[in-house]
Amino acid sequence: MSDHQLTELIERYLDGSMSTEERTQFELLRKNDATVESRVAEHMQFIGLLKQYGERLELEKRLNAIHDEIDVHALKEEVTIHPTWVVRMWRNHHSKISVAASIAIFAILGTLFFTGKLNNHESNFEQLSQEIGKIKQSQATLNTRTNSIINDIKGSKRITNPGNFRGTGFALSSNGYIVTNYHVIKDADSVYVQNAAGESFHSKVIYTEPGNDIAVLQINDEAFEGLGSVPYNFKRSSTDLGENVFTIGYPDSKVVFGLGALTSATGYQGDTTEYQVSIPVNPGNSGGPLLDDKGNVIGIINAKQTQVAGAAFAVKSAYLLKAIQNIPSDSLSKSLTLNTKNTLAGLSRTQQLKKLKNYVFMVKVYNQ
Amino acid sequence: MNKELKASAPTDSEIVLGILNNSEIVLKKLYTTYFPMILQLIVNNNGDEDDAKDIYQEAIIVLYNKIKSGKFELSSKLKTYIYSVCRRLWLKRLSHMNRYGGDIRDFEEYLPVDEEVDDHNERDIQFSKMESALQLLGEPCKTIMEDFYIHNRSMQDICERFGYTNADNAKTQKYKCLQRLKKLFFQQK
Repeated sequence: MSDHQLTELIERYLDGSMSTEERTQFELLRKNDATVESRVAEHMQFIGLLKQYGERLELEKRLNAIHDEIDVHALKEEVTIHPTWVVRMWRNHHSKISVAASIAIFAILGTLFFTGKLNNHESNFEQLSQEIGKIKQSQATLNTRTNSIINDIKGSKRITNPGNFRGTGFALSSNGYIVTNYHVIKDADSVYVQNAAGESFHSKVIYTEPGNDIAVLQINDEAFEGLGSVPYNFKRSSTDLGENVFTIGYPDSKVVFGLGALTSATGYQGDTTEYQVSIPVNPGNSGGPLLDDKGNVIGIINAKQTQVAGAAFAVKSAYLLKAIQNIPSDSLSKSLTLNTKNTLAGLSRTQQLKKLKNYVFMVKVYNQ
Repeated sequence: MNKELKASAPTDSEIVLGILNNSEIVLKKLYTTYFPMILQLIVNNNGDEDDAKDIYQEAIIVLYNKIKSGKFELSSKLKTYIYSVCRRLWLKRLSHMNRYGGDIRDFEEYLPVDEEVDDHNERDIQFSKMESALQLLGEPCKTIMEDFYIHNRSMQDICERFGYTNADNAKTQKYKCLQRLKKLFFQQK
């Protein structure tokens, strides 16, 4: 049996055009021959698919016909969710909007550039920073002034403050005359001096010269037994710039040595009665001696200008001598004879200081 | 139009019965009732009206075949069923086109219908194979195949149409055509 014949048999079997006899025969064949059986199944499946395909096409045709009757556009308008006009505007025209925006930005930048606005901003800024610089400068000078005023106020307040105030003083003669700054003892109720050994002696102010900031004290304590001859002398002439100088005093509760140089022949704001020295001093150094290398007293430390680093001032020794001459003779209970012999010259600094410290006192002031 | 259609919406059981009875009117009612819902789904999720038509018709075919095969049970509303199938089909289409942003704007509640959609797709693949096999087959074989197997025309008709002098010639021709069609169909991957 050829394939063609078998196919025809299967088709006839499936469409039911076989006679009963043929049918029985074919069913027997189908049962006995597996090849025939599988051919039947395969044929049925394939033709079934072909028929379904036809049905699908038919259904699609029907659906399309129905679809064509619907007004899809009107319906679409109805069901579409419309975004707000801004969003629609952006979606439809975003390229145009972008181009317009960039042109606008370029135009603005171009205009600014060519009119020099951009450059002007910089010079304005410079002017502004200059202005700020000026303001800073005036602020600084203002600060300096305020500080010096505050200092002055503090200086005067120290004396009015209750409690004790320390300064430094040094011996003029072996019998107990001591010089210090006027501002140290100003307004004092009682004054004591304390030597390096820690002994305090009551003292009396016998003469003051506020203009030169000089005060002369006399130890009038019974315990005082005299100092021995003073090792330094007092220089009459003025000292040259650059001279090495040193001081010794009580900025603290202990004696402190300070080394420096004479840096100006005049004092604060051109004061000719003073020297300017570069030397580390503190408020307690006021009234201390300023000595040159050889051990001559060339001045009295009297102030420190806080704003200028390393600048201190000292009253020139010539004015001290003048002040001593001016002391009325009835104020002196004992003779005040200045030493003219310098025993410090030629000694090493440490030897000088060892001798010197016995003649330098802490001045303690009590008021109220 | 939309509101009128909704007002005259047929009940679900009417539709099932109508389709089983091949009622053209019921099919039309079914189609026009739910199309706006699907159009709304598609056009608001990156599609246009043609996409909506394709997707909706596929869903209707799925429903139609399911009803015809007797497997359809009215366990959910037809509306929900149609919406779910369309949603599933559209998600597949979107991801296929790389247009799916991972997010879909929904308008109705929906059911999982993955199995139905997969079955449908499987069948669609078979049909498109058949379609291209028929195209490759060429005339007159294509028409003979369609007339005999799809439109159930008799060999007599076919003989007359194609001018075959006797039925045996026609049968031989039909056999050859069928063999070629099978070959073309199974050759495709």
